[in-house]
Amino acid sequence: MVDVTLPGRITMPSERLARSRVLDRLRLSDTVFHNLTWAAAIGVLLLLSGVIISLISGSLLTFKTFGLSFLTSQSWNPVTDNYGALPAIYGTLVTSSIAMLIAVPVGLMIAFFLTELCPQWLRRPIGIAIELLAGIPSIIYGIWGLFMFAPFLQATLQPFLIKTFHGIPGIGALFAGPPYGIGMLTAGLILAIMVLPFVTSISRDVFEAVPGVLKEAAYGLGCTRWEVVRYVVLPYTRVGVIGGVMLGLGRALGETMAVTFVIGNAHRISASLLAPGTTISATIANEFTEAVGDLYTSALISLGLILFVITFIVLSIARYMLMRIERRIG
Amino acid sequence: MLDAALTARYSGRRRRNVIATLLAYAATLFGMGWLVLILGALLWKGFGGLSLAVFTEMTPPPGSAGGLLNAIVGSLVLTTLAVVIGTPIGVLAGTYLAEYGRHDRLSRLVRFINDILLSAPSIVIGLFIYEVMVAPMGHFSGYAGGVALAVIVIPVVVRTTEDMLTLVPNSLREAATSIGLPRSLAITRICYRAARAGMVTGVLLAVARISGETAPLLFTSLNNQFWSNNLNGPVSSLPVVIFQFALSPYKDWQALAWTGALIITLAVLTLSISARALVRSGK
Repeated sequence: MVDVTLPGRITMPSERLARSRVLDRLRLSDTVFHNLTWAAAIGVLLLLSGVIISLISGSLLTFKTFGLSFLTSQSWNPVTDNYGALPAIYGTLVTSSIAMLIAVPVGLMIAFFLTELCPQWLRRPIGIAIELLAGIPSIIYGIWGLFMFAPFLQATLQPFLIKTFHGIPGIGALFAGPPYGIGMLTAGLILAIMVLPFVTSISRDVFEAVPGVLKEAAYGLGCTRWEVVRYVVLPYTRVGVIGGVMLGLGRALGETMAVTFVIGNAHRISASLLAPGTTISATIANEFTEAVGDLYTSALISLGLILFVITFIVLSIARYMLMRIERRIG
Repeated sequence: MLDAALTARYSGRRRRNVIATLLAYAATLFGMGWLVLILGALLWKGFGGLSLAVFTEMTPPPGSAGGLLNAIVGSLVLTTLAVVIGTPIGVLAGTYLAEYGRHDRLSRLVRFINDILLSAPSIVIGLFIYEVMVAPMGHFSGYAGGVALAVIVIPVVVRTTEDMLTLVPNSLREAATSIGLPRSLAITRICYRAARAGMVTGVLLAVARISGETAPLLFTSLNNQFWSNNLNGPVSSLPVVIFQFALSPYKDWQALAWTGALIITLAVLTLSISARALVRSGK
């Protein structure tokens, strides 16, 4: 027997050397690339930790000075260096609530239209238009809100609300006072317009993921379109819809520029939705560059920390919900 | 008897269906209406001010004529800086998530954190960069503005890169490995090429997102009324100029703000539409 593979195995040493050199180089670049991608992934983690650490270290002074009463105090006085976050927190929560109250039902109805009623050829253009609405920068909503929307509300909706609810206990107080145009209600309405595309596009996506068999079975039983959506599609996609709503809420809570234009920047809590107020983000945007003194700056950073904690919780819930629906559908 | 009861029930159900359908139509019109109203207002208020001077002259002091040149250039520079810093980091991190650690624990955590960053309030990013760059350096700077925008670019690029690489069929990777390509080359030469359209889309979307961002620039790059070649000092940007001019009491400043708003919106819409077209052609 002759070992036919033998001649092939014998290679010139120089050739072998060159070959192993190439392999070494490849192995090295392979390791470098792997570690680079790993480092970048860790970098994303560091970014968020950096945000948290810098916000906490920036707000230490505030909490050392005021303690937890910073969260419950209503005063905001740069002259006496006395700060409280309550009006800003209140404004943030109220404007976001108004936004969600309007955007959620409207967004769900648009998703209903897009998935069940809309003719096929119209779906794409409408879907794109809704997403373009999401792409418009918030400063555009701000300038539009200040110069077009607020005067419009001042002339129409606000006098109407004041007249309609005047004297009714409870609701009357919500719509009391002169129609300024700007204020909490206007900010809430603008936020509703901004959040609408988020709620709509996620609801549409999860609605579309409902297995056709389920819907066909319901139609087969004689359900109307509305009944199919109400009793089959919505229960099936509930988790995803809640995720989408939370995502929208996270957006509304942190939205800055649009609100800053129309909120009126008044550090007080008023019962009336028509009165000017402020939100966390609007306060920071309006006052940060003018803040003199360490305590003032620190108070504003503390507001940022509070905002970040609130949105972090809301967004975590959103992601958790969306992950659950993805697992079920996928 | 029974018939009558049934008929009543049927017509009730039908009525509810009709009402819901009408509401759905109304909701869609309502949603579309805002887009029309906002774009209409922008064109109506901003189009008149659109002239050559806007692109060739500096931002004016109140009461005199001028343009938005320094703001437009400033925005372009800051955006470029952000993309140059943010894209490589984002692409690499996305590559790790999709290629090396698709199922490991670290990736799950990074994915979650990235999603939080993706929707974190941009004003908080501004505060962060203020704390780590502006305060230590002692002055506002264009670099800080660019880095703040990069922090917004990174999560967008990470997300799209990962999504697009996940779509690349495994058979491509196996084929590359079987001809002896090391993993890094298989990724950079094969997978990146297959996912290129999607990855470019991600960068375009990120640019669309940051070109209108105002909040993170307010206290990082601040504003500058003059031409500036110095990224180490305050730099003007279109969104911040719009913010300042729109809230001013001067009519000519407000008019310029509208024109700037129109320019930004057109740029953003063009970017997002071309990103969409790219995705479609990629498929």
